[in-house]
Amino acid sequence: MKSTEINERSPWQDITEGNQIYEPATSKNFCTGEWRTQTPVFIEEKCKQCLLCFPVCPDSSIPLKDGKRGEFDYDHCKGCGICAKVCPFGAITMKEGK
Amino acid sequence: MKNTVEIRWHGRGGQGAKTAALLLADVAFKTGKYVQGFPEYGPERMGAPITAYNRISDKKITVHSNIYEPDFVAVVDDTLLEAIDVTHGLSPEGGIVVNTQKSREEIVKQLRGYQGKIYTIDAREISEKALGKYFPNSPMLAAVVALSGVIEQEVFLNEMRASFEHKFAKKPEVIDGNMAALELTFEALK
Amino acid sequence: MAIRERLSGNEAVAYAIKQINPDVMPAFPITPSTEIPQYVANYIANGEIDTEFIHVESEHSSMSATLGASAAGARALTATSSCGLALMWEELYVAASDRLPIVLALVNRALTGPININADHSDSMGARDSGWIQIYAESNQEVYDNFLQAYPIAEHKDVRLPVMICQDGFITSHGVENIELVEDAPVKEFVGEYEPEHYLLNKKETMAIGPYAVSNYYMETKRAQRQAMLNAKQVILDVAAKFEQMTGRKYGFFEEYRMEDAEYAVVIIGSAAGTCKAAIDQIRENTGKKVGLVKIRVFRPFPEEELAQALKNVKAVAVLDRSEMFAGTSGPLGAEVRAALFGAKADVEVVNYFYGLGGRDITITDFEEIYGKLENIAKTHKINDMYSYIGLRSK
Repeated sequence: MKSTEINERSPWQDITEGNQIYEPATSKNFCTGEWRTQTPVFIEEKCKQCLLCFPVCPDSSIPLKDGKRGEFDYDHCKGCGICAKVCPFGAITMKEGK
Repeated sequence: MKNTVEIRWHGRGGQGAKTAALLLADVAFKTGKYVQGFPEYGPERMGAPITAYNRISDKKITVHSNIYEPDFVAVVDDTLLEAIDVTHGLSPEGGIVVNTQKSREEIVKQLRGYQGKIYTIDAREISEKALGKYFPNSPMLAAVVALSGVIEQEVFLNEMRASFEHKFAKKPEVIDGNMAALELTFEALK
Repeated sequence: MAIRERLSGNEAVAYAIKQINPDVMPAFPITPSTEIPQYVANYIANGEIDTEFIHVESEHSSMSATLGASAAGARALTATSSCGLALMWEELYVAASDRLPIVLALVNRALTGPININADHSDSMGARDSGWIQIYAESNQEVYDNFLQAYPIAEHKDVRLPVMICQDGFITSHGVENIELVEDAPVKEFVGEYEPEHYLLNKKETMAIGPYAVSNYYMETKRAQRQAMLNAKQVILDVAAKFEQMTGRKYGFFEEYRMEDAEYAVVIIGSAAGTCKAAIDQIRENTGKKVGLVKIRVFRPFPEEELAQALKNVKAVAVLDRSEMFAGTSGPLGAEVRAALFGAKADVEVVNYFYGLGGRDITITDFEEIYGKLENIAKTHKINDMYSYIGLRSK
């Protein structure tokens, strides 16, 4: 049974033994970005690529490629604002809503 | 004799009364009997009075209670006679054996008019003579066998020799000493 | 060929462990179960088995490590008693809900307080709702036999639940009795190799064990757990039938002793059942009165319907509990038996007794008195107290 086949309408018979999950990285399927009430905005021209924001993100929503951060992963960013707080250059600002 | 012979051991923690009860269970087991050997446990430590029990039978034993009306009692340390009523519940058809250096008369006096068989044995003298050291278990075991008749003496001696030969395979010199302790006990109680 | 031996209950369990040679045993010592890990450690030190022994600093850790080992794919076990079991509380529930086929050798001892080291069932009865299968023994023979059956039950695909193999502290754990051991080869064949379907160290399958279950999943998970417990009934019987083929020794959910024509019955768990059997033989021989015994072997899953069947034709039943639960009616076994008889609409008088708490002895004479009281109740249909005590000093 794939985790994507189990949901909040699944009868008890269709839930895996002990709720075990038999595939990796299933948290990706769960779009916590839906919870966001405030949204970080990435202002690329102000960014010095110091990468202070990347390790503090609790949801791994700041993707890193070739030593540089890219645009937010809004599927999973919950809008906590920690990245905006740590950015010394004003390269991340928070806006109301999604 | 009833189906199951019940024996109660009185000793002090560290003197080997529990071990003696387990040894008796062992040797009776080897002669084909059903056996139980069990101590009464509490938080007691070395020197404290302890009780251990045996049931020996030709039939399967299911009872798991302590023994309150034993057929026989073995007292490993005569200083217990003052503190403990060792003949409590003891069958007058049965008997008691006390390890002591005192005279039989003195022990009889301490047993509060017990009517059954009373044996005394100087396990220290026998053990020191046979083994050069004080190990009361072998003489006490033989004394209980002599008193209770639960195992025939010759069968008992054969089983004990086999068991000593197994146990002391690396120290054969103590085998004869232990056997002598058993035989001296039987002779003393004739 | 069976091996005729004499062993204590702890020796018998350790011997069964040696024959099974499980993968991992984390353990922490506590009276009266300490000897079990001691003996196993000796077997390991002597090179007789290659079980990985993990020294831990508490029972919370011993059960945690057992869970971890089992989740990783190992056949794992531990042993404990009393407060040790209490310290495992959290992990007991985790083991069951994670569906890990762990075996626990429990040597029953009273829970503190007052502090006490002797036998009663307050430790395991307290854990009766944790989701573990619980199997109890009357004798050293039974605890050995039960232990050999534990993994085949626990690991069965319809079950996958942890199993507690219980015996009475000191009374059987430290008492030496005759026992028939099974030879190593048939034991190995009977228990079999453990081949988990899903496990964390499987390179071919990435998996997660024990995820958080929000309200939308928790209840369904518990229902599925109950199903495993229900399924365990058939598996327990199947494993017992296979065990009987190997040894000739018959096991079920409970043992009925001289119940064919019994009018008065005792229901009891553990070593005192043997004393009750001796009392029954004596009473029947001396008076011809039709007395019998139902000795519960499997307490979880509880064999409700089967038990009601076994008791429905007797006139009066005394249920003996070796642990207190301060309920209005009775102890835990009493409550189960009453519920079973009520559910079956059986017209049987039931009384409950507390006995043996903290190691208080129970004797043949005590059982004779109980049967006498049952006879009286059947005659008068008068029960003065829902419960009373055996061997209690009272004004």
